[in-house]
Amino acid sequence: MKTFPIGGVHPPENKLTAGSEIRYLPVPHSVAIPVNQHIGTPASIVVKKDDRVKTGQVIAENKGFVSSNIHSSVSGKVNKIGTVPDTTGYKQTAVFIDVEGDEWIVTIDRSDEILTEINLSPEEIVKKCLESGIVGLGGATFPSHVKLTVPSGKRCDLLIINGVECEPYLTSDHRLMLERGEEILIGVTILMKALRVNKAMIGIESNKPDAIDHLTNLAKAFQGITVYPLKVKYPQGAEKQLIKALAKREVPSGRLPIDVNTVVHNVGTAFAVYEAIQKNKPLFERVVTITGKSVSNPGNYFVRIGTPVKNLIEAAGGFPDDTGKIVSGGPMMGKALNSTEVPIVKGTSGIILFPSNESKRMDSMPCIRCAKCVQACALNLEPYLLMTLSEMGLFERAEKERITDCMECGSCSFICPAGRPLLDYIRLGKATVIKMARERVLK
Amino acid sequence: MSITVLITIISLSLLAMLAAVILYFVAQKFKVIEDPRIDEVQAVLPGANCGACGFAGCRNFAEALVKAETFEGLNCPVGGSSVMEETARMLGKEALAVEPLIAVLLCNGTPEFRPHTSRYDGVPDCRIAHSLYTGETDCSYGCLGYGDCVRACSFDAMFMNNETALPVIIDDKCVACGACVKACPKNIIELRKKAKKDRKIYVACSNCDKGGPARRACKVACIACSKCFKVCEFNAITIVDNLAYIDASKCTFCRKCVAECPTGSILELNFPPRKFKVEEQAEVKTV
Repeated sequence: MKTFPIGGVHPPENKLTAGSEIRYLPVPHSVAIPVNQHIGTPASIVVKKDDRVKTGQVIAENKGFVSSNIHSSVSGKVNKIGTVPDTTGYKQTAVFIDVEGDEWIVTIDRSDEILTEINLSPEEIVKKCLESGIVGLGGATFPSHVKLTVPSGKRCDLLIINGVECEPYLTSDHRLMLERGEEILIGVTILMKALRVNKAMIGIESNKPDAIDHLTNLAKAFQGITVYPLKVKYPQGAEKQLIKALAKREVPSGRLPIDVNTVVHNVGTAFAVYEAIQKNKPLFERVVTITGKSVSNPGNYFVRIGTPVKNLIEAAGGFPDDTGKIVSGGPMMGKALNSTEVPIVKGTSGIILFPSNESKRMDSMPCIRCAKCVQACALNLEPYLLMTLSEMGLFERAEKERITDCMECGSCSFICPAGRPLLDYIRLGKATVIKMARERVLK
Repeated sequence: MSITVLITIISLSLLAMLAAVILYFVAQKFKVIEDPRIDEVQAVLPGANCGACGFAGCRNFAEALVKAETFEGLNCPVGGSSVMEETARMLGKEALAVEPLIAVLLCNGTPEFRPHTSRYDGVPDCRIAHSLYTGETDCSYGCLGYGDCVRACSFDAMFMNNETALPVIIDDKCVACGACVKACPKNIIELRKKAKKDRKIYVACSNCDKGGPARRACKVACIACSKCFKVCEFNAITIVDNLAYIDASKCTFCRKCVAECPTGSILELNFPPRKFKVEEQAEVKTV
């Protein structure tokens, strides 16, 4: 079975919700839709207070190439243009909408019929992805139309579909593959057409045998799509690691997958592309896993963008008494929230409620040079060294040690027997080095 | 035997002479002419190498002083005007009058006024906490309290007050080198003009949120009610981004704004106790 060669860790999987079917979370009474849900320029708002909007209507338009449209996820009246805290607690501009009914814009095809025929040309597909606000749903939220536009001078001959879901606890992609397998494969075919490639590889970790079987059976009817089981290892879902595991291509330091003729998209994105192209449905809802060991009713939900996290927690049976931490995203790379008013955005793959005895950090002890972090690093870095350099403020040296290559997967902090806050310092050093490099360019 | 000794002495002497000749020419070729005044000036400077002047250390600053046409833009905040005058006298230049400065913390959010709403168990380092989230309170602008500024201070002029969870600046020791200003990720330390007897009036708040959220997060937040702006007769107060700011160069220390502030976000420090009459007026207004 394939996997990436260097580093990696095996955190306990805890996929508690793997067997629970995706349900629809009731539409909330009001939503707050942030205008910056993607990497790049925030969208500019095109509605004003007291405007009536329908579900699927554009409320903020993309600004520039690396940007994305934002659509209303509900129908109702714009209450205000205000601010809402994001996962870091800092306030972000958002459109607040009071929900009245659930009236969708007429162009959306709401039937259950699966449409296999792809009528649009590659250029039209890319344009439609931009208009429908499709961004990478794996978590990085990079606008998909940018990835689908192969820069001149570059060539793409392989599409990789990421169904790895290597983060513990999360099952949103897993359930989507089981329940919307055919739609995903049509989405993959659309992506292949847009990129003009005739080969696509879907990588799924072997802890999801049902999804592997299901997609393998379905893929027989599609040309050029092959499903590959992968050995379970974190961080296999990282773009560069997945390319290495599946295609044996190594993306050089500081380069992009397109430099090795590859483009990677998530299965969630493939599903969103299917809905956008075949059903005219823009991206205004996504699958979110709500889970945790003491949560009474964990599950997977289709959640409208802008729904406060607290609604999802209520649907899962409310806060367990011993909740110590609320994490948005997976336990390895997710962020702890300090408010339940935080809205679900395009990049939210899960909400995890950790009991207090599991949410504590270890006390940090001195480094004993056991080099477990070096073994765990999938990018061939030396985390213990990068941490020390960053702690000491030796950022020039840290830059030479390729601190900017770090993808912040957290394997080093996870594996460290001394409980050292490796990633915290590396992240600080990385941010400082990037800032230094930018200032150098400006000079 | 004696011949061996003789040969040794002669050959060594020849070698020494040859080396001397080579060294003489090398020394001529690579001669560095250094202004002797640099050493003299450096001796006068405090020698803290704190970098407050903008140069890497005192030696670099001394070089810059010697080279400079005028002293414009060159100042040693640690040594202050006495050192600058001394160096000016040595170099036969004119010292520019530089106002002495002092660091102040633009936050007064003690746990009493600014309740904690979450708990941070990560690395006790302000830069790291700042990169992760807003902090343990609802105020995303105020002091995080992990003491990056205290660690940055090379003059022992700061310490953390454990009760208020805020850093304290010791007026007598602060030399306004600005290390804490640079270290603070929230940018809430300001270098202000030093006044007589270290008197200070300033808005001890950095919250740019509107009045409501600011007040909910912290009882002593500036809510931009503009009462101080109206009462100030010297146009020293401006309100930008829902936050009042007192211009130290225009402030006359009349203390009217302090009495007027409904949240008590304007602090007056090192003043003698208020006279009875003023006190009474202040009370009537705040009731």
